[in-house]
Amino acid sequence: MNARVGYIAANTFREAVRDRVLYNLIAFAVLLSGAAIFVGQISIEIEKLVVINLGLTAVSLFGVVIAIFIGIGLVSKEIEKRTLYTVLSRPVRRWEFIVGKFFGLSGTLVVNTFCMAVGVFAALLYVSHKFMPADALILVALYFIVLQFLIICALALLFSSFSSPLLAAVFSFSLFVIGSFAEDLRGFAGMAHGITRWLATAAAYLVPNFSAFNVISSVAHEHAVAGQLVLHNTLYALLYAAAALSGAVLIFEHRDLK
Amino acid sequence: MAAIEILGLEKTYMVGFWRKRPKRALHPLQLKVEEGEIFGFLGPNGAGKTTTLKLLMGLVFPTSGSARILGREWTDPDIKAQIGFLPEQPYFYDYLTAHELLNYYGQLSGVPAKNRKQRIEEVLQLVGLTDVKGVQLRKFSKGMMQRAGIAQAILHDPKVVFLDEPMSGLDPMGRREVRDLMEQLKREGKTVFFSTHILSDAEALCDRVAIIYKGELRGVGAVADLTSSVQGRIEIVWQGTQVPASIKALGAECHVTADTVRAVISETRQDAAIDALRRERLRLISLTPVRTSLEEYFVEKMRKADSTAGGAS
Ligand SMILES: Nc1ncnc2c1ncn2[C@@H]1O[C@H](COP(=O)(O)OP(=O)(O)O)[C@@H](O)[C@H]1O
Ligand SMILES: [Mg+2]
Repeated sequence: MNARVGYIAANTFREAVRDRVLYNLIAFAVLLSGAAIFVGQISIEIEKLVVINLGLTAVSLFGVVIAIFIGIGLVSKEIEKRTLYTVLSRPVRRWEFIVGKFFGLSGTLVVNTFCMAVGVFAALLYVSHKFMPADALILVALYFIVLQFLIICALALLFSSFSSPLLAAVFSFSLFVIGSFAEDLRGFAGMAHGITRWLATAAAYLVPNFSAFNVISSVAHEHAVAGQLVLHNTLYALLYAAAALSGAVLIFEHRDLK
Repeated sequence: MAAIEILGLEKTYMVGFWRKRPKRALHPLQLKVEEGEIFGFLGPNGAGKTTTLKLLMGLVFPTSGSARILGREWTDPDIKAQIGFLPEQPYFYDYLTAHELLNYYGQLSGVPAKNRKQRIEEVLQLVGLTDVKGVQLRKFSKGMMQRAGIAQAILHDPKVVFLDEPMSGLDPMGRREVRDLMEQLKREGKTVFFSTHILSDAEALCDRVAIIYKGELRGVGAVADLTSSVQGRIEIVWQGTQVPASIKALGAECHVTADTVRAVISETRQDAAIDALRRERLRLISLTPVRTSLEEYFVEKMRKADSTAGGAS
């Protein structure tokens, strides 16, 4: 990887930290400990189920919101405030800027997720007093959540490269929601006929298939995750993010800065 | 080799929300700036100065034309290590301190880590921000931002420096410092290309200037040449309170005071005016050429441009 991409990524991370993005962790901690204490009266099995389900869902949602809201501003804010002028008038290629921003935000989300994960495990320890081998599955669920963030970051960058920040947020969030039901969408497409079938199938396969990434409830029930799914999701996320990022670069390469 | 060669750069923006219509911000521009020059790019607001600089920096793409910087294609990313740019009313990452900002820009420009720290201290000193180098830029005033902007433009020791309205937002003292700094850059053998709408800033400083108005180049040359091309005028003062009809006939603007008359006439009418005074036996007190300032040249040019544009439509 080239050094300038690294510098841009590091600066993006620093901006997120100084803009107090990581403060969301406080809200997360409050939510999680509140839930752990609240369900503290119920039997241990249910308690664990609730803590894992609620904890991981919160990790995912908090992260998605951060990915979208920072992601859409990553480039547009720099154009708006004209901070980009003195970056692009240096030996920085436009693609390096986009890719650096992507890694910076991804890094921020990884750190954010790591802190939340520590919280989830702490809550788990609080309710069940010890770790079990099956708890390691939570790590797989967290890994899938991070993979989702990569896709969403790249999509937020893509949408913000050709539309206003507000529209980009709407597009990104809609895709996240639709993508979470991608499997149902594929099922529905299979039942349709004629042209509708083709359109629905195309749409169902074009949206990011987030349903394959959601293993939260099966992990909570201690069902194992197939190694093949891990491999498949990893490749899928990397390819999808790379494609979206390439689109963002392609548009940004030809764009006038106002 | 020319430091900057602009080969017909042209920019038409599409404006309007629904029905986009073209707006030509810059007509094809030909301009050559030699190495080691301080070159002033003059024009009133909206003339197309910023557009030209943004085109040269690759921030916007030309409708047609190209440019060369230090003999290389202007889009060549490697040439960017050799140039510095101060945008108009610069704004920077406000969560960084001045020192962090310069360090980041030093990294991006490829300033080696071992020289970077020392170089940052040098430029901070040069623009007078040493005392506030640890303060976040969000606490900076407009003038301090401008200084930080100048610092980042010269940080990597570029050969050609582009400055868009470098004196704006500065007090008279600051303007003076920026002028001195530009002169120092020239002494170091660098080329300085700067835009301004304030003529007096350019007049004392530039080797050559270009004048741009409504996106079109109106004149290029040494300040002295440009001003001498404007019809010179003479101020004649004589004793008395009368303005003879023969002098009035020369088109003089006359001001009568207690016991003298001051008249300003075209240089070409000088002899006729003196003859007239002799004939009337009036005592001549003084005869001085009125130096045409760049300001006047400018106003003259604008007036001509507008009247020809008006006549055509
Ligand atoms: N992004 C843009 N979109 C449309 N018109 C623009 C844009 N930028 C500049 N212009 C127009 O181009 C002309 C030249 O502007 P500019 O280069 O900023 O002038 P200057 O820097 O000399 O004041 C102005 O009429 C301005 O309104
Ligand atoms: Mg301007």
